Amino acid sequence: MSLLSVRDLEVKFVTRRATVHAVSGISFDLDAGETLGIVGESGCGKSVSSLAMLGILPKPAGRVTGGEVIFEDQDLLKLPDWQLRSIRGQDVAMIFQDPMTSLNPVLTIGRQLTESLRKHLDMDRKDAEEEAIRLLFRVGIPSATDRLGDYPHQFSGGMRQRVMIAMAISCKPKILIADEPTTALDVTIQAQILEVLKQLVAEENMALILITHDLGVVAGVCGRTIVMYAGRFVEAASTKELFARPRHPYTLGLLKSVPRLDAARKDKLEPIDGVPRDLTKLFEGCAFAPRCAYATEESRERRPELVETDAPGHFVACWNPVPDADLPRIETIPVPTAREAAG
Amino acid sequence: MSKEGDSLVRVEDLKIYFPIRSGIVIERHIGDIKAVDGVSFEIKRGETLGLVGESGCGKTTVGRALLRLYDPTEGRIFFEDKDIATLSGKELRQLRRRMQMIFQDPYSSLNPRQNVGNIVSEPLKVHGIGGRNVEVQVRELLGTVGLPKGSANRYPHEFSGGQRQRIGLARALALSPDLIVADEPVSALDVSIQAQIVNLLEEMQEEFALTYLFIAHDLAVVRHISDRIAVMYLGRIVEVAPSAKLYENPLHPYTKALLSAVPIPDPVVEEKRERILLSGDLPSPANPPSGCRFHTRCPFRQQERCDDEVPELRPLADGQVVACHYAEEIQAGAIKPRLTSATEVPVVAAG
Repeated sequence: MSLLSVRDLEVKFVTRRATVHAVSGISFDLDAGETLGIVGESGCGKSVSSLAMLGILPKPAGRVTGGEVIFEDQDLLKLPDWQLRSIRGQDVAMIFQDPMTSLNPVLTIGRQLTESLRKHLDMDRKDAEEEAIRLLFRVGIPSATDRLGDYPHQFSGGMRQRVMIAMAISCKPKILIADEPTTALDVTIQAQILEVLKQLVAEENMALILITHDLGVVAGVCGRTIVMYAGRFVEAASTKELFARPRHPYTLGLLKSVPRLDAARKDKLEPIDGVPRDLTKLFEGCAFAPRCAYATEESRERRPELVETDAPGHFVACWNPVPDADLPRIETIPVPTAREAAG
Repeated sequence: MSKEGDSLVRVEDLKIYFPIRSGIVIERHIGDIKAVDGVSFEIKRGETLGLVGESGCGKTTVGRALLRLYDPTEGRIFFEDKDIATLSGKELRQLRRRMQMIFQDPYSSLNPRQNVGNIVSEPLKVHGIGGRNVEVQVRELLGTVGLPKGSANRYPHEFSGGQRQRIGLARALALSPDLIVADEPVSALDVSIQAQIVNLLEEMQEEFALTYLFIAHDLAVVRHISDRIAVMYLGRIVEVAPSAKLYENPLHPYTKALLSAVPIPDPVVEEKRERILLSGDLPSPANPPSGCRFHTRCPFRQQERCDDEVPELRPLADGQVVACHYAEEIQAGAIKPRLTSATEVPVVAAG
């Protein structure tokens, strides 16, 4: 029995001018302690699906038009607001890309951190403050005691993201959804934040859904990865399997279009031609077909479903999966390993 | 016409300070943001020099200074043999024709009320060249950067981010410049589109014999496109190396940390990589640390010299220059990185 189970989730944005089919039926399961990555480019619906799960889609345009999100035998989509509110922030917490706009600028960090502790866990002020200090220390904020009275603008971007994480984990959530948590940060700070997240997942047995466009981040953090394109899942597998044997042409395209820091030779990058699908229009067949080198008549007419390949746990939605001969072979410079550094 | 290989741009001890003022009526000068503080480098004709560093390190300021968009506080910038820092009026305008810039944000760098034809032809008009042929030239340029026919009569909002970046490039190419300063030209784009623009930049360089200063924070992209890479930290260059060398053999502790922090899209590599995590944040450029500016975060910091003696850039291995007192010892493994508390561990194995 999985911790969270999403079935055929559908989200639309309805405006007077057009209807955007943002998410068109996605299904996945998440186990306790698992790290799941959802990758895709802007507009593919990766953030929208997580907002929909927690019932915080932008109103009034955003609507969940189908599917269910089962968490502990309850369908989150059918719960009344007051019940959902007690789950959100306590059992399922979320952190966002931009820590400046997600924190309230006129309240101290201490006040914002203790709010959820007092509300969800019924702590009194003194206990909540002690717990807040412990949390800030946990995410690596030095001299946490002195910083409770500080306001968000007195923190740097990386420190603000740490505060966000502290806030998100304050009620020991079972699931943490991190939506592009490091995109606004510099790489050295990104490395610090990802390290904090990895430690938390390992020590608190918390499940993590990491939403990002950065294949490198997924490779370093997630055990399983799902690739999303135009509102649908196109491929899902364990991260190692996915990067070693990408079967969907879009996944392969993504991998070939990013330069690798450790590449031994300078090969020309292979961009994906064309532009993403306009999601205001309905279409037949595979969404990726117009940009795909492997597309056939069938791809343009019938939509492929996610099916398991011959590797167990590796699912792909494609009529003509990438053959072994076309898998990427990259010559790389070997990396210095941790053992070498220590010895 | 000069040969390839000689220097097109030479920067000597460039300093750019932005004054901090306080007071309402009478503004007192109370300090300076030392955005660039003693930077020297050269760009050879036809090469791509990558300039990397984290936000606030001064890389954009250096790029803008090359076009004299800022007046240097101190130091000299030679374009061929002319010192840009002291030029003015007509001479400066003439030189500016030969250097152009492309920007990060393809949305705010194009005037939304002008059609693409006007945007691209504006530099030609400003410099009074082109005459009657302007329209033909514009059409050719737009074709060169891969925009569809008829783009000239359309407006920026009708184009996607990647296409807008192409418009920006066409505008930069209009005056057939020698030098293009590209300031984070692909960071706002999705990965599949990024590759299109990176390839286009490379093609244009070959076709028009361009010299690039490529400023970006994404080391993988910079390493891909550049011949040499300069790494900046807090207003100073800490290392310059051929891009093939930089990943294999980084010499400065900051370069090591920066490289090890860049995620590599390969879970097998990520699992066994050594990661040097830096503690803390970038210090304020208004009040930079004494001695080596990196000493407050450096995992290799030593008792002597680091805190009080400013390291100068000095040549080390072939083609590599580095500003670190202990580069040789670190390289030889004689100095080990220090370990601190669990949440601030400088060295951990990933995974």
